[in-house]
Amino acid sequence: MTTSPPMTTEATTSPLPAPGAPLGHFVSTAPFDPLSVEAMTEEQAKVYQASQLRLMWWKFKRHRLALWSAIFLAALYSMIVICEFVAPYNLHTRNVDFIHAPPQRVHLFDNGSFVGPFVYGRTMTLDMDTLKRVYADDRTQVQRLRFFCSGDPYKFWGVVPASFHFVCPAEGGQFFALGTDRLGRDVLSRIIYGARISLTIGLIGVAFSFVLGVVIGGLAGYHGGVFDLVVQRVIEVLQSLPSIPLWMALAAIMPVTWSPIVIYFGITIILGLLDWTGLARAVRSKLLSLREEDYVLAAQLMGARPARIIGRHLVPGFMSHLIASATIAIPGMILGETALSFLGLGLRPPITSWGILLTEARSVNVIAFYPWLLYPMIPVILVILAFNFMGDGLRDAADPYR
Amino acid sequence: MNAAAKSSSGDLLRIENLGISFAIVGGPVHAVRNASFRVLPGKVTALVGESGSGKSVISQAVMGILPNTARVRGSILFDDPLTGKSTDILQLPRDGEDIRALRGSRIGKIFQEPMTSLSPLHTIGNQIDEALKIHSDLDAAEVKARTLEMLGLVGFPNPARAYGMYSFELSGGLRQRAMIAMALLCRPALLIADEPTTALDVTIQAQILHLLRDLQSRLNMAMLLITHDLGVVANVADEVVVIYHGEIMEAGTVEDIFRRPQHPYLKGLMAAVPHFDMKPGERLKALRDVPVKVGTLLDSPKAKATAAVAQPRSDVLLSARDLVKSYTTRGSGWFGKGRDRPVKAVDDVGFDIRRGECLGLVGESGCGKTTISKILMRAVRPDSGSVVFNGADGPIDLLAAEGEALRAVRTKIQMVFQDPVSSLSPRMTVQNIISEPLEIHDRGDAQSRLQKVTALLKAIGLDERALNRYPHSFSGGQRQRIGIARALALGPELLICDEPVSALDVSVQAQILNLLKDLQSELGLTYLFISHNLAVVDYMADRIAVMCAGRIVELAPCETLMERPVHPYTRSLLAAVPFPDLDRPLDFDTLHAAGASDQNAWAPQFRNDGDGDALTPTDLGGGHLVLARRSVDKRELV
Repeated sequence: MTTSPPMTTEATTSPLPAPGAPLGHFVSTAPFDPLSVEAMTEEQAKVYQASQLRLMWWKFKRHRLALWSAIFLAALYSMIVICEFVAPYNLHTRNVDFIHAPPQRVHLFDNGSFVGPFVYGRTMTLDMDTLKRVYADDRTQVQRLRFFCSGDPYKFWGVVPASFHFVCPAEGGQFFALGTDRLGRDVLSRIIYGARISLTIGLIGVAFSFVLGVVIGGLAGYHGGVFDLVVQRVIEVLQSLPSIPLWMALAAIMPVTWSPIVIYFGITIILGLLDWTGLARAVRSKLLSLREEDYVLAAQLMGARPARIIGRHLVPGFMSHLIASATIAIPGMILGETALSFLGLGLRPPITSWGILLTEARSVNVIAFYPWLLYPMIPVILVILAFNFMGDGLRDAADPYR
Repeated sequence: MNAAAKSSSGDLLRIENLGISFAIVGGPVHAVRNASFRVLPGKVTALVGESGSGKSVISQAVMGILPNTARVRGSILFDDPLTGKSTDILQLPRDGEDIRALRGSRIGKIFQEPMTSLSPLHTIGNQIDEALKIHSDLDAAEVKARTLEMLGLVGFPNPARAYGMYSFELSGGLRQRAMIAMALLCRPALLIADEPTTALDVTIQAQILHLLRDLQSRLNMAMLLITHDLGVVANVADEVVVIYHGEIMEAGTVEDIFRRPQHPYLKGLMAAVPHFDMKPGERLKALRDVPVKVGTLLDSPKAKATAAVAQPRSDVLLSARDLVKSYTTRGSGWFGKGRDRPVKAVDDVGFDIRRGECLGLVGESGCGKTTISKILMRAVRPDSGSVVFNGADGPIDLLAAEGEALRAVRTKIQMVFQDPVSSLSPRMTVQNIISEPLEIHDRGDAQSRLQKVTALLKAIGLDERALNRYPHSFSGGQRQRIGIARALALGPELLICDEPVSALDVSVQAQILNLLKDLQSELGLTYLFISHNLAVVDYMADRIAVMCAGRIVELAPCETLMERPVHPYTRSLLAAVPFPDLDRPLDFDTLHAAGASDQNAWAPQFRNDGDGDALTPTDLGGGHLVLARRSVDKRELV
């Protein structure tokens, strides 16, 4: 660099001279406070003092789709607690006069006058060529729906006898919003009851695989070495097995003499046994990366014992990630149960799940004649989408500092 | 001083009234406010500021790679000298064809972190020639020829060999050269260099700066240099723009800025850089100084006891002897060496740390200085050697301590980490973080711990309001102060500071250094201060040990080392520190191409040729040791 004699350049009021012109010496005259970068506004202070949970909640809230999915799922899960009350009919009630009845439309106006929600009565004729039952609306029968009413009797949670419903058909009338099946049972009620099994099987299965995944993945990540190597290879083998035949083989092991409720738990364990691999990998990789963080080393150098390091530093670090990945694993469980039951290897009647309901729609002519038997697919699709969206939002929110 | 700029009438890049804000939780953040400046064709404009001042955001705006959440006002005019066309980059559709035609072809960018900005899955040649494949229709042979030419230009000794190598086979300096080759392959009119040397050692930094300067004038290319280091600016820039908190504070030619600084911010930045001309006892002027109030800390009986007992005891607090630590790298079959090769990270190192002093440990990355700190902290076990710690409770064999004895040692030696972000758990409040060591060692009850934490916070210049905040709400300097408070919680006798300021801005660096100095004198602490920056060590240390390739090559009192450095490695480290002073430019010619640690460039008396004449520390008197051949006469060395 050549040293040029000091010369004073013109002081200018703008840091930007005319195009190509030499640059003068610009000095800002605006007030200057060296602490202004460290000063914070009221809102920033609020953010800065927020705990991790609160930050996660703020971030999750901004993911609209995830938020609505979470609300939807919350509504569904609170519904299964009181599904006897929500469903218009008992799970097992057979309406022998209305076999394979199509869905009834809910009307508000009869002949131009308002009567509130009601359905028309039905008349059934047997088509003697196809032997198919044909139902027609009887416009003279206006059956007003009742709300918060006494209707089909049931035992709440299988214990308390009651007959209180959110909605019931008119006295002596019927209300099949989604039609009936081959025994004349209300499809809507069965879907609502089926949610109880289908939604919980995912939770129990994930809880089971969560424990397996955290323990196995945690040991592999923390100890490393041979154990890690073996676990990794086992995971690879498990993940390369085709899942449906394996489920079928495992389900076939369960004796036919088991009661349906034992089978229900058996199925969750089978699903959990095969699903922990993904979680174990997530735990292991997260642990490996957290172990390298300086604050973990700092705790070690302070003399902290391993239990403290795991409990205070590692677990809080990856728990949020785990919950997010577990959420994404639930749909797989629900689908697994549905698939197994559909194949006739999972749950058995009288337990009712969405998969069981779909077994009714196994043959092509059933679908051709009674398409409403496919309605249980809709809640399956909605729930799976909702879980995926919510898991997405949770995963984004899991690391609020990024 | 560089080749005359092409006689273009206009500016190459003209940024007018640029404003960028981000919508985030807690209200919008105005990253850039009404900034205007220009880059002349064939000239270097430096954009200087602290981190968070908005300088990187401006570079992103120029490349059109701002995040989606950014809102932009103003204009960025790019005048392409090739076509004579002027485009407003902000008006181009995001990721559209027009902006993609500019990126990589007319505007190149190099990033700060050479370790992560190259793909580990592609060969160097493959990554570099991608730009040509996208922006030209040359055939494969021509593309390769151009790539090889560029690799040669950026200083790869054997371009053909480098072409087929993977990024992990290259050192940091070579990777940065590869990045530069990638950015320059299409001969852009403008190169944006975003902190191009911040992650590199000083000696490598000097080489890269030399290369950038050289290529810039040879290719007649303009450069927008973004940095926080005024020393770099003084050596490379033609025009300087100083930015603070998104606003331009001062702008002018490099002469104006360095000879006649006006704005208090610029003056503050300049005063905060440690330099070799400082008188003993002279203090750096930090832009935001932190008053140290150790009052309540000193009153604790523990501190008093330590201070009282410490004086009459032996002078040496810690003495390390013959430390050796080697790592085995698995030889790769691909390159014909299929066996394990041990690499000596620490090779026969011995030193004493005297009570109450600050021993500086200097060297480039990979020289083994961090391994030494880990050995002292008992995080790494050496292959052989001994470390004796003469604490207040008598001497302890550090390497043999186990169980409760080891836990007791842990309270006496504490560490300050380099990275203020990863060294504090993001899920704990400041109160929990600072009181954790007290909890681990069962000191006091909840009430007395809280008092202690409050006293520590006061000592590092924070107040009680910080107690319930989480680390993410603090700036880098504040976090580093919290890390220091945590290290002080147990009342240690020895504090190991492993590059405590290298992740911080100069302005914050001065603040932390002053804080450490004040704490040392108030609390009677002993420091082992590790850094790659000689100027920083010079400011802090009483004695300095220089490490190279696992060995201490020179150890001397601070003034002696600065005035009469003997070892060639020390000399090249000293020569590579850039000054924010136009009259003391880096002497690029004396910098060795192969790096300062290349033994072949050293005088024969410092080389180990494996002929049995081993290297041994030679005492030059006055505590000045230098690693040289046993047979060499002392007078030959000085």
